[in-house]
Amino acid sequence: MDATAAKLIGAGIATFGMGLAALGVGIIFGLFLQGALRNPAAANSQRPNLLFGFAVTEALGIFSFLVALILLFVV
Amino acid sequence: MTRPQLEQFEIHRVFPAAVLGHDVSFTNASLFMIVTLLGVWAFLAVGMRRATLVPGRWQASVEMFHEFIVGMVDENIGHGGRQYVPFIFSLFIFILFANIIGLLPFAFAVTSHIWVTFAFAAFIFLLCIVIGLARHGLKFFTLFVPPQTPIILLPLIVLIELISFLSRPLTLSVRLFANMTAGHILLQVFAGFIVSLGLAGGLFTLLGVLPLAMNVALYALELLVAVVQAYVFALLTCVYLNDSINLSH
Repeated sequence: MDATAAKLIGAGIATFGMGLAALGVGIIFGLFLQGALRNPAAANSQRPNLLFGFAVTEALGIFSFLVALILLFVV
Repeated sequence: MTRPQLEQFEIHRVFPAAVLGHDVSFTNASLFMIVTLLGVWAFLAVGMRRATLVPGRWQASVEMFHEFIVGMVDENIGHGGRQYVPFIFSLFIFILFANIIGLLPFAFAVTSHIWVTFAFAAFIFLLCIVIGLARHGLKFFTLFVPPQTPIILLPLIVLIELISFLSRPLTLSVRLFANMTAGHILLQVFAGFIVSLGLAGGLFTLLGVLPLAMNVALYALELLVAVVQAYVFALLTCVYLNDSINLSH
């Protein structure tokens, strides 16, 4: 197969990484909600940790999007 | 299928200039960095003008920023961290304003370029190394040896810790840059849908409301991402400084 076709297929496969990162983000928020519904008084104190965990997890999904962009536009 | 146009990320020279053959022109990126600085300066200077003990609204919001950063530095660096508050404050408020100003129509997102974010991240990385070496000398390298490691695993653990340490500037810069770039490309793709549906005529013009609604929702998401990414950048900087200053693990 020629290079352009391989690049496009590779960019498509890279989207799986985003799906897995989406699972990770869902886990973080789900566990936060679970804990917050059991202990609402402690929920606000953990909000910074929630946002931090969300950002570092989403970063990995964005890295896979970056791989797709590199495959399409740079290589 | 049309490729997403990436003209919004292009660098244009506003005032071309060259020094000894090197291109030092004043570009649209430089222009928007100055716009960001003016925004930050206006926000802080006007807010703290004629400061009163019981603050008015603007002064209260400036003080909220300061209290937020001082709280973050105290929580993460603890003892010996107060001297880094001006640095973390400048970093946070510049990245925050740069992210938000980049979302305005016809504006250029300064932090959507890897060189800008890598400059920040490389500086922070070098700062951590210099501070660690200055404070602890060669004992700084015990950062890579977690306590109570079995001797057999030591080479592998040190290698893994070293790689994780060296990837810090990369992940720090790419997290901010890729978030901003992806967000702007997404906004542009849906805006393209609005235009192409609107031009199709008839029923399709009415359907053009759907990508418009999606774009409004995406804009709100991008504002959230802009603020959260600035916060995470500053927070991770505090965590890395804590590793260097307190050699904690």
